[in-house]
Amino acid sequence: MAAVLHPGTAAASAGETRSLRWAFAGMVALVALAPLAVYPVFAMKVMCFALFACAFNLLIGFGGLLSFGHAMFFGGGAYLAAHSAKVWGFTPELAVLFATACTALLALATGLLAIRRQGIYFAMITLALAQMVYFFSLQAPFTGGEDGIQAVPRGKLFGVVDLANNYAMYAFVAVVFLGGFLLIWRIVHSPFGQVLKAIRENEPRAVSLGYDTDRYKLVAFVLSGTISGLAGGTKALVFQLASLTDVHWSMSGEVVLMTLVGGLGTLFGPVVGAAVIVTMQNYLAQLGAWVTVVQGAIFVVCVMAFRRGIVGELGALFRAKKPV
Amino acid sequence: MPEENILETRRLVKEFKGFVAVSDVSLTVRRGHIHALIGPNGAGKTTVFNLLTKFLQPTSGQILFKGRDITAERPAQIARRGIVRSFQISATFPHLTVLENVRVALQRGLGTSFHFWKSERTLDALNDRAMQLLATVHLEEHADTVTVELPYGRKRVLEIATTLAMDPELMLLDEPTQGMGHEDVERVTQLIKKVAANRTVLMVEHNMNVVASIADTITVLQRGQVIAEGPYSVVSKDPQVLEAYMGSAETELQGAHG
Repeated sequence: MAAVLHPGTAAASAGETRSLRWAFAGMVALVALAPLAVYPVFAMKVMCFALFACAFNLLIGFGGLLSFGHAMFFGGGAYLAAHSAKVWGFTPELAVLFATACTALLALATGLLAIRRQGIYFAMITLALAQMVYFFSLQAPFTGGEDGIQAVPRGKLFGVVDLANNYAMYAFVAVVFLGGFLLIWRIVHSPFGQVLKAIRENEPRAVSLGYDTDRYKLVAFVLSGTISGLAGGTKALVFQLASLTDVHWSMSGEVVLMTLVGGLGTLFGPVVGAAVIVTMQNYLAQLGAWVTVVQGAIFVVCVMAFRRGIVGELGALFRAKKPV
Repeated sequence: MPEENILETRRLVKEFKGFVAVSDVSLTVRRGHIHALIGPNGAGKTTVFNLLTKFLQPTSGQILFKGRDITAERPAQIARRGIVRSFQISATFPHLTVLENVRVALQRGLGTSFHFWKSERTLDALNDRAMQLLATVHLEEHADTVTVELPYGRKRVLEIATTLAMDPELMLLDEPTQGMGHEDVERVTQLIKKVAANRTVLMVEHNMNVVASIADTITVLQRGQVIAEGPYSVVSKDPQVLEAYMGSAETELQGAHG
């Protein structure tokens, strides 16, 4: 838990802002060039999970709230996009928007319940709510039960661009990912983000300064859930599939792992973490169940030795080298 | 004429599962005064603070601020009414810069605190005011320091600057000089005196030298009850107080420090 409670600092000095901008430029270049080096579907998977992890990080890294039920937003978004695209014939952009809007409502409803409690109780309530969404997805008539919703059509973007083409789909995912990332960046460095960080740092003090902290936490929860839904909806179109895996509690655990490995409370950490974990899952797939063991080992090493995660440790190294 | 009593409590009681932490406390704080709340450890001073700011719910009794019953209000509402507290343990935002700490308190006034789509650069408009406040406590050189790196005494004065940013009518300071060295104590005492020029201060304080030098009125608590009230010259001669408090080893210890 200690790693969770001491996120990296986000005090934005001019120099740090500059290096963040360079990092973003580098990421854009990487996103643009990735299809030349790796399978587009793999790169798209990384981007969807990276956006999911960034959204999760917004809540824990900047709001100090550990949700253990974020799979309900990611999976919920996936089911909603899949259903609306397949059954109602929504165009892809509409399907994703619809999924995002609905997860925002889901986040509002669940958030109203969850933010009344703190710490471990908050985590447990979000987990319980996510389990309800899981069993709903298993039982409801339109979710396909164990099979999920398969063969989801990617459709034509705005009715024009056929997303069955992997490169067209890639461009769409890249725009969603980079747009979502920029939105989170802005939220973190907004007047709202400033209050959110204050609440993370010292909630009683924020209350004594006149802030109704529950409302700020609720807004953060809804924003985080909504962007998770966006990531899930996009993922459903990429794989043309929404399944129980997306709403399973282990998905909630995986996003914690990605965020911790990459660096809690850093902007780019979750992206790096998601890339590492997805790559491992893809390339170590022949190990079967052992992937989970390897993941568990990485988790333990991370918490024991690299509490700040990959990006957090690099950032600390970089700062230490500079003369103060 | 402005009302004389800015804060009043009527028979305030707080029980914790059978243990009475605060019993029948009727307190009157006069506008413009520095009012000290003293008493041995466990007397219920901090509990009173928590009740006044509604961090705890009183079991019974009433709290009146400027004649208005505020017993049922939420902590953040109390703060917005103009009762702003500090905490016993240094209450800063450790990973924000010193400037940001003060600015967070000023920020609510802009009315953009929920605006997650705006740049935080819109907050720069508050920097001048924040720097003025930092200058009041002589922290302007440390404006860009991440707060966690400040020495303890500076964190406490930053806390006072942050509280001042709210421009409170009534400031509640919970042991502002606790754990400080001799010089810092003197500096903070003068600071409190300075900021109390145009507002009311209610403070919990252990250091009798501080209390003697700046408090207009002193209320002595023991086991949750008020045992004496009045100016230092009167309270310090009260036999009940002498027995309960002044004679304790702790006072001698602090006297030696001071």
